[in-house]
Amino acid sequence: MELLSYVLQQLINGLQLGAVYALIALGYTMVYGVLRLINFAHGDIFMFGAFTAYYLISKWDVPIYLVFPITMAVTALLGFLIEKIAYKPLRSAPKIALLITAVGVSLFLEYFLSLNSLFTPNYIGFPRPFEVTGYDLRLFTITNVQLIIFAVTALSLLLLYLLIYYTKYGRAMRALSHDREVASLMGIPVDGIISFTFIVGAALAGLGGILYGFAYPQINVFMGIMPGIKSFIAAVLGGIGIIHGAVLGGLIIGVSEVFVSAFISSTLRDGVIFFILFLVLLLKPSGIFGKWIDKV
Amino acid sequence: MLMRISHLYVRYGSVRALHGVSLEVNEGEILSIIGANGAGKTTLLKTISGLLRPESGDIDYRGRNITGERPDRLVRMGICTVPEGRRVFPNLSVKENLELGAYTVSRRRLRQQLFDLTLHTFPKLKERLSQDAGTLSGGEQQMLAVGRALMGNPQLLLLDEPSMGLSPIITKEIFSLIRSINAEKGISVILVEQNAHIALEHSHRTYVLETGRVVMEGLSDVVKQDPAVIEAYLGCESLE
Ligand SMILES: Nc1ncnc2c1ncn2[C@@H]1O[C@H](COP(=O)(O)OP(=O)(O)OP(=O)(O)O)[C@@H](O)[C@H]1O
Ligand SMILES: [Mg+2]
Repeated sequence: MELLSYVLQQLINGLQLGAVYALIALGYTMVYGVLRLINFAHGDIFMFGAFTAYYLISKWDVPIYLVFPITMAVTALLGFLIEKIAYKPLRSAPKIALLITAVGVSLFLEYFLSLNSLFTPNYIGFPRPFEVTGYDLRLFTITNVQLIIFAVTALSLLLLYLLIYYTKYGRAMRALSHDREVASLMGIPVDGIISFTFIVGAALAGLGGILYGFAYPQINVFMGIMPGIKSFIAAVLGGIGIIHGAVLGGLIIGVSEVFVSAFISSTLRDGVIFFILFLVLLLKPSGIFGKWIDKV
Repeated sequence: MLMRISHLYVRYGSVRALHGVSLEVNEGEILSIIGANGAGKTTLLKTISGLLRPESGDIDYRGRNITGERPDRLVRMGICTVPEGRRVFPNLSVKENLELGAYTVSRRRLRQQLFDLTLHTFPKLKERLSQDAGTLSGGEQQMLAVGRALMGNPQLLLLDEPSMGLSPIITKEIFSLIRSINAEKGISVILVEQNAHIALEHSHRTYVLETGRVVMEGLSDVVKQDPAVIEAYLGCESLE
């Protein structure tokens, strides 16, 4: 009984972390779908979201129900600008140029924003706009932060699913990820849909940044690096380019990380994620749901 | 006149594929362009549809210069393409493929009319609407590719080798459908074919393309009597 409840508790904690990874992983996977690009700056967009929420809450006293839409709009704008300024001019350049640019954008954001007059290189306490309370459910405890994370993540996944599978923009995104040339022959404005994809992915990363701040209230300009890498691995694990793969991958990565630090050793928590990546690349490089991807 | 192409030069890197092609498309006609492998047929269609930018030369459509215009804008002007090798979206359903074809059509009523027209023209697609396009046979995929282009409400339909990889019977069926689309809806057609025989049979006028140049043009009925054409493109096959 003791053990079962401990395991369940860790599972809840793992799902909390995994939900955030899932939100970030979606942006990686969607952008990969339309551009075949690993957007290395995506973790930094997540960081930017956490900082935006921090400023909104602690400096400008913006009410919480406005923090979500404003933060998401700000990161969406950042994602849009990154694509327009850094990636669009390279549309017909070799893939490697795009990849190197993405690394450059990531480093630029991290080091430029760590200026003392901007986000500073220091750890900053993230102000939760509410008290954390736990609800004892006998076998395990669930906190209001966790409930918020699960509810917000589930709602945004539902909306994203409807967007991708039931709107013409979603259909255009899927068409584009199969065949850009033919998509344009269908009258799809390719650049517009690519921008739209960055906007949606960056808004989700911004959302992830807010939720991460609620759960782990220490933020830092380099906070996007590890969650970014882990979410990217989550996207690969689920099958890059596949929406539900990113979600499942995120949850698996989050739970594995928490389980390893709870049952084995917390120093191994990052190592195990890379071990998972290693296994995926060895056993099924196309990921859990990846049947259609034959040229990664 | 619907479209006038003048002195079109197109190159891939340092290799030139079109050397000053000029041609005209009349309202309501089926124009065929025949030529051997590598003659530049696909290059010409891709330039018309906006996928390739010409080095020089002009394309006028309905009195407007559309040279270098973006493909999606050209679709909005009524120029719709059935690409070489069909290229349907394999893991989207047949219905979704058709809906994508109507991406630029915002009026609901019109979209429904186009959908009905397409299924009326290709009844075989009706039973397969919810099936993934990748599971269709080659002939059905070609019908889907043509249907998808019809969904864009075209005034000018560009077809790149609709006969490719299809049996003669299916090819015939598809060509007679293209003819009925042309006759009933007044949609003009540019038809690119390696299969000169069937292209001459089903078109009003024909241009013969050789290594990026137009070497002959005329009424299809006249072109198919031409000894040089018979020699080079029709072989010893008899004309039905
Ligand atoms: N992407 C490309 N890069 C370089 N050269 C190309 C490219 N596409 C076509 N070419 C060249 O341009 C010329 C014309 O090719 P095109 O595809 O237009 O011929 P085609 O008449 O459509 O032939 P087919 O009947 O085989 O389809 C060929 O010499 C071909 O090698
Ligand atoms: Mg060709």
